[in-house]
Order: sequence, then C-alpha cells, then structure tokens
Amino acid sequence: MGIEIRGINKNFGDFVALQDIDLSIPSGQLTALLGPSGGGKSTLLRIVAGLETADSGTVEIEGEDKTHLPAQKRNVGFVFQHYAAFKHMTVAKNIAFGLEIRKKPKDEVKARVTELLKLVHLEQFSHRLPSQLSGGQRQRMALARALAIEPSVLLLDEPFGALDAKVRKELRDWLRRLHDEVHVTTVFVTHDQEEALEVADSLVVINEGRIEQIGTPDDLYDRPASDFVLSFLGPVTRLGDHLIRPHDIDITRYEHAATASGPITRWTRVGFEVRLEVTPTDVPHDEPVQVVVTRAEATALQLHEGALVWLRPRVGAEHVSR
Amino acid sequence: MTPDAPLAAEAARRRRLRSSTSLTRSSALGLGVALTWFSILVLIPLALVVIQSTEGGWSTFRDTLTSPQTASALRLTVMQALYVTAVNVVMGTLIAWVLVRDSFPGKRLLEVVIDIPFALPTIVAGLVLLSLYGPQSPLGINVANTGRSVFLALLFVTLPFVVRTVQPVLMELDRDVEEAAASLGASRFTTLRRIILPALAPAITAGAALSFARGISEYGSLVLLSGNLPNQTEVASVRILTYIENGNEAAAASVAVILLVVALLAISLLQVLSSVVARRG
Repeated sequence: MGIEIRGINKNFGDFVALQDIDLSIPSGQLTALLGPSGGGKSTLLRIVAGLETADSGTVEIEGEDKTHLPAQKRNVGFVFQHYAAFKHMTVAKNIAFGLEIRKKPKDEVKARVTELLKLVHLEQFSHRLPSQLSGGQRQRMALARALAIEPSVLLLDEPFGALDAKVRKELRDWLRRLHDEVHVTTVFVTHDQEEALEVADSLVVINEGRIEQIGTPDDLYDRPASDFVLSFLGPVTRLGDHLIRPHDIDITRYEHAATASGPITRWTRVGFEVRLEVTPTDVPHDEPVQVVVTRAEATALQLHEGALVWLRPRVGAEHVSR
Repeated sequence: MTPDAPLAAEAARRRRLRSSTSLTRSSALGLGVALTWFSILVLIPLALVVIQSTEGGWSTFRDTLTSPQTASALRLTVMQALYVTAVNVVMGTLIAWVLVRDSFPGKRLLEVVIDIPFALPTIVAGLVLLSLYGPQSPLGINVANTGRSVFLALLFVTLPFVVRTVQPVLMELDRDVEEAAASLGASRFTTLRRIILPALAPAITAGAALSFARGISEYGSLVLLSGNLPNQTEVASVRILTYIENGNEAAAASVAVILLVVALLAISLLQVLSSVVARRG
C-alpha cells in the first residue's frame, strides 16, 4: 500500500534523469526525497503525480495502478515550490477550486473551505488575493488547496525552497504537526538535509538518478551506506584513512593514541561552535583536517591558532573507511 | 509603553506629514511634464475638435448626423470595426498562443511577419490588398467596391494588436499554475476557461480596444480597395475628408466627435467586460 514505484526509467534526451527506480513508500508516513539539485528527485515526484510520464516502469497508489492515468484523474495533491497560486482568485476561491470542479454542493464546499482555512491558520485572510499574502501564507494556502480534494497522497516539490530561513523553519515544524493531525501519505522533495532529517519519518537519498539509501533519519545519519550519503547528510572531513564528521574528532594537547597531529592553522568562530583547521605534520595528508568543538571545549583546552594538537576519532563515531 | 512606541508614533506622524504634502519635488516635476506633454498633443487638439463641431450650432451637428450618407458611413465603420475586433480577439489570442507555447520551424520568421501589417505604411497595405483582392486578383478573388473590402483591410492592419498584447502576458504565465489546476482535477478546457483566460483578459481587452480604435479610424489601407461608394463602402474617415474638401469644417468636426465618443464608449465597455471575466474566474 502507499506508493509502489517499480522499474522507473526516465531520460531527457541524452540526460538520464532516473534509472531503474524501485521504491515503496508506506501509507500515512512523511517521506523525504533528499538529494542534490538535478539528481532526479523532482522528476520522480512529478512522475508519481502524473505531471511527467516515465519511459518505462509503473506507479501504484494505494494498490491501484495509476501509470497510465493523467494527472487530473490521480487524485493527488501537489504543492509547488513557487506556490502556483491562482492569482485572480481569493484565498477561499483557490481552496474551493478542486471541490467546485467536482461539482460538490455549495454548502459542502463552504464548510470544507472554512475547515481548511482553520487548519492552515488563514481564517482572517479568506477574502484576500494571493498577492496580498506573504510567501509562507501563500504556501499554506497552496497546501490547503491540495488537501481540499482529500488526495490519496500529498506531494510537495521543494515546498519551502523559496522562503527565507526563519519562515522555512516555522513552516517545517508546522508541516510536521499538520501531518500528525491529517495522516495523509506525504512525500516531499528537498535538497536541505536538515529539513529532511527534522521533518521526515523516512528518507530516500537520490543522486544522479539512482537511490543511494533508504532509511530512517537515524539510520542514514549513523549508518550511511556510502561516502555520498555520509557527506550529503552533514559536513565531513578526512582523518587518516577515514571520512568522519568534524564534531566526531577528539582533540587533545598531548600525544594519546593519536591518528594525526599538527598546528591549528585556521580558527573560525560561529556562534557557540568553533571551527578549526588542523594541518597534520606527522603523517602526509592531502588537505587540512576540519574539527568542530564547542566554545567551552576550546576554552578548557586553551586552544588558539598555531597551538600544536593531537587528533583521533571519538569513540563510537560513525565513519566510512576507504 | 514599550520602548518602540514613541518611535512608531514618530513614524506615523511623519507618514501623515508626507501624505499632506503628497508630492516630492521630482515627482511633481515629472507629473507636470507628463501632463503638459499630454495636453499639447492630445487634450487641446481634442478640445478644439469638440469646439469646432459646435461652431455651426446644434443644427449643423444634427443635420450632419441625420444625413443618410454620413449615417451610413458611420454605421459601416463601427460595424466593420466591431466584426474585425471580434475576429481579432479569437485569432489574435490563438496566434499568440501558438507563438508562445509551440515550437516549429519558421517561428522566428512568423514573429517578424506578424508586425508587418503594423509597420507597413497603410497606403502600401492598400496597394498590396488591391493587387491581391482587386479586379486583377491573381487568386480570382475580387472584393473591390464591396463592404467586404473594408472588413478585409481592417483585418489586415489590426492583426498585430491582440497578438502583441497577449503574447508577453502569456509568456509570464507560470506553467505550474496549469499543472496545479490539472492535479486538482481540472480538464484542459476548465483550466483554459477558469485559469488562463481570466489571466489573459486584461491583455485581450487592451488589444481589442487598440484594434477597435484603429478600425474606426482607418483610412489609407481601405481607400483604394473599397472604392468609397457613398452609402455602400464609404467609411467615416473618408466622409470627414469629403466634408473638409467641401469647406464644411463644422460637419467634419461633428463626425470626428461621434467617432471619439464611440471609441471612448467601446474602451470603457471593454474595461468593464474584462474585469467581469477576471473576477468570475
């Protein structure tokens, strides 16, 4: 159940957008398709919605084969990055659009619109035009419009991509809470790993038209299947033969089973953390090692630029060997 | 009171001050130049025409309009301009659609060709039409000296108006919006009627108004083909010229005033129509 994707291939001319994608997305969950831009995640989402056709493969939604159905008949809610608001209609009219097309009775439409306006906190804006709303409000309107038709799945294509950092974060929390209320199978595309880790029940990492790994946020963060997943989910640096996260490196002022040692060659403070670059002098290293410590640690160890330090992986840290 | 409150009050006071003086120096200068320019070029000449039309007294005005020949010229002009505008609304939008949404060989060429009727001196357009649809027509179609010649000439010169006003708006139209409508279950036709047309309505109206205004004022392109037969193919602009040639300037001004009123009426009517379409959505 949920969404079953089997053997999807899609090429745009010579460009391979998706290659042999098999994916099953369970009902009622919030799933993120995560990957770099141009990796094929939006194309996959559009194929599920019927806005794009695959060269081969099938798409099943809630047990029904929808591969050859047009977008109009899939009963899928779709939210676009740039809102796709109907500019000449009020907020209420926008939300009612899908219901009016289905020729629902007027009072039923009205009741449903009121309910949805409340759900997305836009009650007092029902008579405004989309141009009179902020970006965040417009996207909430678009979400209500998509939910109005009671879709079997809700698809969001980089829904917060056009918003500024603060609104983005608010909407992210709000989407999580909304999903806990509505429980519709939801898939959203993002290239922001923090957004995916924070909001989704499960993540699908897609790169260059292939699925790299599927799992819960914890799975992916702690047990990445490849260098790509490790480096995409957060910053990484190379210490000896290993790729490791900069905050998983133990830093000391004395020799103690160290992997590498050398002077601190760069010091950047960002808020509560201090980002260091250490250039190892005892073992040959292609590039300096990135280390992140808290400000308290840095003070306790009396670190400063030029100080000689010893580095080793922290006990229990995840890393991928080369 | 929060520390911000005095600041907010100060800002509000300054806003009030600004709105009472209402114009900054530079915008006042700009407005002045624009209004002067507009007056010299448009308002004063128009006022003069209106004054001139009343010079012969009310009777000249009435006599001019009730003269069967003038009345028939006015009727022909307005009706043909209306037909042509109606055709342009449909065909112009269609051509704009094809130019924006489809790609085909020769598209760039068509882009240029569309403007030719507009760029061509109208008398040249008249010559072209005469040689193509006149007595020596290579196509065997002869519409010279008939009402259809007026229609054809107007169609030719007003072709670019709707195309050129609709095209940029259509280009700006987001494809996502149509996809959103489709994902909500709207058919192609419903999307066209409820999403695309309301968005295009202001542009179509503007194009229609231009096309109509050009239609009732056209002279050069139809004067050769239509033959200017009184009560049959004579249009209002030709009628004005005849009055002037006969030294009856008050009568000429009267016809001009009527054309002016008709144009204003048509433009206001189209504005209302467009806002109705846009609102109905």
